[in-house]
Amino acid sequence: MKRAARFIIFYAALFGLWTLLAELKIWPPYLFPTPWGVGQALYAGFQDHTYFIAIRVSMQRVLIGYSISVVLGMILGLGVASSKFLEETMGGLLVSLQSLPSICWWPLALLWFGLNQNAILFVVIMGSLLSVTLAMEDGRKQMPKIFGQAGRNLGAKGFKLFWYVLLPASLPFIVSGLKQGWAFAWRSLITAEMLYLSLGLGQVLMMGRDLNDMSAVIAVMILIIAIGYMVDGIVFRGMERHLQNKWGLTPAT
Amino acid sequence: MSTNVQKFPSQLPIPVGPEFEPRFPPHSGKLAPVSVRRHAPAVSPEIAKVGLSEICLSYRTQSGERLLALDHINLQVRAGEFVCVVGPSGCGKSTLLHLIAGLHPQTSGQILIDGKPVQGTGTDRIMIFQEHALFPWLTVGQNVEFGMKMKGIPKAEREEKTRYYLKLVHLAKFEKSYIHQLSGGMRQRVAIARALATEPDVLLMDEPFAALDAQTRDLLHDELERIWSETGRTIIFVTHNVREAIRLGDRVVLLTFRPGRVKNEFHVDLPRPRQLEDPTVARAAREILDELREEINRSLEAEYSEGVKPRVDSGVRV
Repeated sequence: MKRAARFIIFYAALFGLWTLLAELKIWPPYLFPTPWGVGQALYAGFQDHTYFIAIRVSMQRVLIGYSISVVLGMILGLGVASSKFLEETMGGLLVSLQSLPSICWWPLALLWFGLNQNAILFVVIMGSLLSVTLAMEDGRKQMPKIFGQAGRNLGAKGFKLFWYVLLPASLPFIVSGLKQGWAFAWRSLITAEMLYLSLGLGQVLMMGRDLNDMSAVIAVMILIIAIGYMVDGIVFRGMERHLQNKWGLTPAT
Repeated sequence: MSTNVQKFPSQLPIPVGPEFEPRFPPHSGKLAPVSVRRHAPAVSPEIAKVGLSEICLSYRTQSGERLLALDHINLQVRAGEFVCVVGPSGCGKSTLLHLIAGLHPQTSGQILIDGKPVQGTGTDRIMIFQEHALFPWLTVGQNVEFGMKMKGIPKAEREEKTRYYLKLVHLAKFEKSYIHQLSGGMRQRVAIARALATEPDVLLMDEPFAALDAQTRDLLHDELERIWSETGRTIIFVTHNVREAIRLGDRVVLLTFRPGRVKNEFHVDLPRPRQLEDPTVARAAREILDELREEINRSLEAEYSEGVKPRVDSGVRV
């Protein structure tokens, strides 16, 4: 109850401040829109299906890119965690690559794949692959060895050992990395979409700028935040809660 | 008083100083050492369920030294026998189980199951670990089912057997529970059910009750003995607790401290079921403890810093 009250008060104050600043008309409305203006832009965007299409296109891309990242990242991370050679060689490279913003791959992606969806996917993958890889490597190392031993002892070998024992055993340790990977994938996607006419949310955002329509810009920004937050809240929190219920512990966050 | 404990000196008799002679209480004097059996194992290798011959294990420490953990271990275990392996911590008794389970390769020597050499892990030998080896992402039922699923046993049969083995350890009601919802004793019962469900010939138990409180342990001793007599499995049970070894074992094998060698074997001739607090059990334990004490002292000396020589006196119960 108290928490809800604090929540309402905070957002009401924010909203009030925004309305006040907009109504004072310090800046022209096309630079500083009112909340109603943004609401109208949102409504209009959904009304003419622009936002529906943009959301669908963007979600499709991020899902494909992120899925590839997760699969590749798990294989890479597992490799790095279980081979001393890979750890000493590739481990350092992976950590250093993490300091490179994923959009830096954009020029390279353009030259390799041309100006199309694959270039965007490449940037998304490069954005999230490293987080997933490092999380998997870490999770594999943190996972108690006894699970692997017990699994082998009970007859699990090769892929079965990975799928039924090593992967579920390391999930609590990698879920935060998967979450981080998702956040990076989403950000990389929007950035890449802003640089290329692509139907996605990023493009709709840039369209607002081109039309000098600040309400539309803010409306899309709100959409991007809302989708990112919803996936985090529904998918990843749900996964964490599920793991907590099973394991009876608070997984590393 | 009848003969409770018979000694079988191992192939490498270690000189025992006068201070390690049994001094309390004076036994009936009928502890007949079968010294003629030197070099001849009690169970002939041909009929042994589990046969270890000249097992050595050495590994390199981080400083690059070569450390001998197990030194020419010879042990033959009959089908259906309950053998307990005791020794101070660091004698390699758990490692020995890992070798039998096929989780690690030995440096030299041979491990035979029914006369066939061990090649990696196999569901004919299932390990029960000290704790934390159940899969927390699976329910109790799924844990018990796991080994059968890996074997490719059809679902209907799996479910039936899972129910049967859960009933055997009195946990039928907890099939849908997760591991963290169970007490320590219940968890070890699940571990026993999980091991039995793959229908192994040999159960390898690595101090399975060491982390439990005394009452729970007593109960599990009773249950394990009952399950052993009902299922007729061969059990190799590792413990540092001599009384537990006497309580459960047909035979107690004593290992030395670093490197682990078979110091002695004792045949336990007490009628079953035995009680932990039974004076005959305590007396038999004292017999073994007197020999174990020397090894414990060696392990303590290795653990304490130089110059300090801690000693365990005969009053100490292990």
